[in-house]
Amino acid sequence: MKYLGLVLSGLLRRKLRTALTLLSLVAAFTLLGLLQAVNSLFGGAADFLGASRLITQASTSFTQPLPMRLLPQIEGVPGITAVSHSQFFGGQFQEGRGFFPQFAVNPQRLRDTYPEWVMEEDAWRDFVSTQDGAIVGRVLADQYGWDVGDVVPLNSFIWTKADGSRTWEWRIVGIFDGKDAEWSERASLMYLNYGQFDEGRSPGARGLAGVFIVRIDDPNDAARIAAAIDERFDNSSDETKTQSEAEFQLGFIRQLGDIGLIVNLITGAVFFSILFLTGVSMGQAVRERIPELAVLKCLGFTDRKVMWLVLAEAFALCLLGALAGMVMASLVTLVLPPDFPVRTDLQVWVIAGISVVVLTLLVGLPPALTAQRLKIVDALAGRTGESPFERLLRRALARIGLRGEQEAHA
Amino acid sequence: MSTLTQMREIVAMNLRSIPDRLAPSLVIVVGIAGVVAVMVALLSMSAGLSATLGATGRDDQVVVTRGGSNGELSSFLAIGSATLIRQDRAIARGPSGQPLASGELIVITEVPRPGQSTGANVTLRGLGPVGFALRPDFRVMQGRRFRPGVQELMVGAGAAQEFEGLEVGNTLSFRGSTWTIVGHFSSGDAYDSELWTDVGTLQGAWDRSGVSSVLAQVGSPAQIDAMKARLTADPQLDVDVRSQRDFFSGQSSGLNATIGVLAGIVAVIMAIGATFGALNTMYSAVSARTREIGTLRALGFGAAPVVASVMAEALLLSLAGGVLGAVIAYVVFNGYAVSTLGGGFTQVAFQFAVTPPLVLLGVGLALGIGFVGGLAPGIRAARIPVTEALRAN
Repeated sequence: MKYLGLVLSGLLRRKLRTALTLLSLVAAFTLLGLLQAVNSLFGGAADFLGASRLITQASTSFTQPLPMRLLPQIEGVPGITAVSHSQFFGGQFQEGRGFFPQFAVNPQRLRDTYPEWVMEEDAWRDFVSTQDGAIVGRVLADQYGWDVGDVVPLNSFIWTKADGSRTWEWRIVGIFDGKDAEWSERASLMYLNYGQFDEGRSPGARGLAGVFIVRIDDPNDAARIAAAIDERFDNSSDETKTQSEAEFQLGFIRQLGDIGLIVNLITGAVFFSILFLTGVSMGQAVRERIPELAVLKCLGFTDRKVMWLVLAEAFALCLLGALAGMVMASLVTLVLPPDFPVRTDLQVWVIAGISVVVLTLLVGLPPALTAQRLKIVDALAGRTGESPFERLLRRALARIGLRGEQEAHA
Repeated sequence: MSTLTQMREIVAMNLRSIPDRLAPSLVIVVGIAGVVAVMVALLSMSAGLSATLGATGRDDQVVVTRGGSNGELSSFLAIGSATLIRQDRAIARGPSGQPLASGELIVITEVPRPGQSTGANVTLRGLGPVGFALRPDFRVMQGRRFRPGVQELMVGAGAAQEFEGLEVGNTLSFRGSTWTIVGHFSSGDAYDSELWTDVGTLQGAWDRSGVSSVLAQVGSPAQIDAMKARLTADPQLDVDVRSQRDFFSGQSSGLNATIGVLAGIVAVIMAIGATFGALNTMYSAVSARTREIGTLRALGFGAAPVVASVMAEALLLSLAGGVLGAVIAYVVFNGYAVSTLGGGFTQVAFQFAVTPPLVLLGVGLALGIGFVGGLAPGIRAARIPVTEALRAN
């Protein structure tokens, strides 16, 4: 800590250069933070779901609804606590300006399979007994200013009513929260009573359940139960595919496919660019100060201490840039519209932290080692030569004939 | 010497000395190459997607879907409706007098993705008897066409490349029955991401009676409006009528906008970072040459040539960076095949397309960064008082 002043005065020696380098670092880390936030959406979005629930879908595709008659058969598999069914409704609010997911469910079964959703007893009872009832998550209710008793018209692009109209009206009977902060954050969906949904739609579509959600006693038993369910419907026209809820959600995100790879490629390009930029600037900063470093050594600073001093300077620069950049990225994610659920969560900060360390070592170590190896006599006389990196570059260029070899040694 | 001659001399001298400031100069080249490569790559993804989906659309064909549905997947037309649509008088007739209209059913199937346990959604399309005739670019690449009434599939070239196990002769299992892949086809557009079979066979296997959409050939694009008016006015029908081009560009616009926004944000932030890098380099280049500049000014060189020399250096370096970045983007990404979620919640396979306008855009951005990065340092160089500059070390 007592060397902090020394490090700072090193950085402030050339204010303009430090400022410009710092600003590049800020831009780079802003981008890194944003991209990794997008990336974490691909990677660990479903971590919180655990393995106590399975999803049974039609083996061909989850968009193919399974018929309701499978329900008792699934319930008969040993080890199952509760089964519910869920059909994606695809409703648009206010002509597509508001989009949020809605699912048609059996209220009591929903409650049995998702104990994570918390709501007053009365509201649950109302949801069960109101044919056209709907419950909304707190986040969604706040967003649209809905309260119990409001009627929400939804225009479904999938389900038409028997009379040909597409507008369905749903009466809000309850607003639910999550059992903890994490679940509360995700309470941005709407559940509709299956009653009105099934009765209202065209007769040909009645009796279709959607996918089944299976809550099991023991997560360790998940593989056996999944296999047992699928076995029941083997070789029927309603073959099923049962997987953990986390895996099911991941499947959704994976549909976006190679986008994750592209995000990582960009991050790589960004990282390489800042690496180069900061590296050169650090090298320059040290080279200019070589006589000063020699003076430090004269005063009794050990070689090792001088090395640490240079490294600390690189670290301070990277850390400052990274902090400012990450704060920028966090601010940007906060102002994004809610359909981009991108957050700079812990994982992103960890990646940024690792990047700072790697960057510091890559850009700081070469000049730090140069500083460590300095001979006082040479340094004071200004006989320093160039950094190892520059020498390498110059040789490479000389080899391809850009510049004479003599000059390269000059 | 005239200002112009001065300018030429000083610029040439300056450029010759770039190798002496190699590493800082490379900062500009590498930094800008990174920005340009990333931006061109992102935009080439969007261009490739547009090329694939845009090529799908013909102006003289119409797609009829259920009113209000946002794609074929959520559309459903009963047999009666489909028959009624097929009889519209705008629809062209084939050689034997049958209307050139194909009622098509699509369902989503999951096929494995290499190295992942969850499958990718792929469209399985059932074609009507004239379905092939409505797609003039259709070519059988391998194997043969499917036969109606038998559970046989043809696989699009894009799907065959992106997903596993879709070779000719393989079988896929859907809904308890086995389907044989009998051929690969290419049509050069979004259909390349699909599996095709006969519509009747598909209806039977999936227990459906109607179709998702009707694709029809009209005599001329001008007839579409009249056909649209007739069908939407028909009380027996509830349909949307669009030209095929409109239909497919509607499907891709959301995705394209997303990619455009992403490319914009990334390019702007990276460009800001690179501009600071360029400024840094040019300021240190100027400070390293302070004495030289002072000498030139003392010899009678004007301020303008000095600014010009710094600008020329910055622009040349950024041009090199821009070209390098565009080349990297071209070499790495042009023709790179990817697949992502398309409009109908199924996979669309497409290739990145690094087009000349994108390369020009990238080089233009590079020069813009070079201009901004060179201007301020150039002006500073011209403003240093001669006496002070001569004393610099």
